[in-house]
Amino acid sequence: MATTTATTATKYWSGGRSPFNVEYGKLMMWYFLISDAFTFGAFLISYGTTRFATNGWPNPNHVFNAFPGIHGNLPLVFVSLMTFILILSSVTMVLAVHEGHNMNKSGVAKYLALTILGGLAFLGCQAWEWTHLYHEGAWWGRNPFPNGDGSTSTTNFSNFFFTITGFHGFHVFSGVIINIIMLIMTLKNKFEQRGHYLMIEKAGLYWHFVDLVWVFVFTCFYLI
Amino acid sequence: MEHITSAAIHHDKNVGGGRKEIYRVTVILSVLTIIELALGYSLYYINNILTIHFIKGVIIILMLAKAFYIVAYFMHLKHELKNMIMTIVVPLLLFVWFIIAFITDGSSFNNLKNRYNGYYKEHMSQPMQKKEETNEEPKKKGTAD
Repeated sequence: MATTTATTATKYWSGGRSPFNVEYGKLMMWYFLISDAFTFGAFLISYGTTRFATNGWPNPNHVFNAFPGIHGNLPLVFVSLMTFILILSSVTMVLAVHEGHNMNKSGVAKYLALTILGGLAFLGCQAWEWTHLYHEGAWWGRNPFPNGDGSTSTTNFSNFFFTITGFHGFHVFSGVIINIIMLIMTLKNKFEQRGHYLMIEKAGLYWHFVDLVWVFVFTCFYLI
Repeated sequence: MEHITSAAIHHDKNVGGGRKEIYRVTVILSVLTIIELALGYSLYYINNILTIHFIKGVIIILMLAKAFYIVAYFMHLKHELKNMIMTIVVPLLLFVWFIIAFITDGSSFNNLKNRYNGYYKEHMSQPMQKKEETNEEPKKKGTAD
């Protein structure tokens, strides 16, 4: 009987089994991430709407062209570095989750530590970039960069840039804090006692979401 | 099939390609990012407006591909049950309407401003001179606008 139900249609909703086959906390993390996706989506769509409601916009290649310690015109180089740092920290997080499945405590600790380092490096890069732009004269309410064709731009460019990258940076910051807590719990054998590393998976979902948002923020502000 | 439909939750944790899949997705994401950056950099030299729009469209498609790989493999959604995938993906379809509605509205607002607000059109087309000054004394210009 069991094999026939498995090969034809499995009745997930008739009781006796978990319809989503995930643990409660993980499902709720997913639902939280949906709400967070709508928050970021609202920010980015309002940015897009404002941009479509304005004649001209600053060209990111002219705005983001500096690199710490090097003088000269280096468009997009620094943000490429930031992007790769975040992608690699996402990879180490996946590896930490993977080690968690194998119940390998030292592996989880190692990859979590690398993820935390990546997160801190990203935050450092963002701090440098904000400082640099501030000294160029950009901040909420002021924008020294003209449009791509040299015509007058609005302050909306800086307003949206600092608001959205700031909100994303705050997410990275909370992600780093969550990962540090996970690392401490791992080292204190909390998950060994529970018999599973599902908590690392939930922290991992949040961290990947932060990376996912950066994919959108990075494209909308630095490339387009 | 048996382990997926099993009522036990802890059983199917290793569904998916494991380490090999992680490295494969890492390479794909890196390559997509490099292509995106190269395209973004090429906008520096291109002046034809149609080409610019085309390249921006390609960048957006690559962005969506990256988002798919992160959600599907890093966040493991592809290896979840279909019920679970639908409860995540279907609400996000609202974004299709959001983006079309709001962007169209913004663009229509800009058309109205350009047609009826002479000052706006005039002011926006003036060349901007602020940059040279602000390089000298950036912090004191806070109230300029």
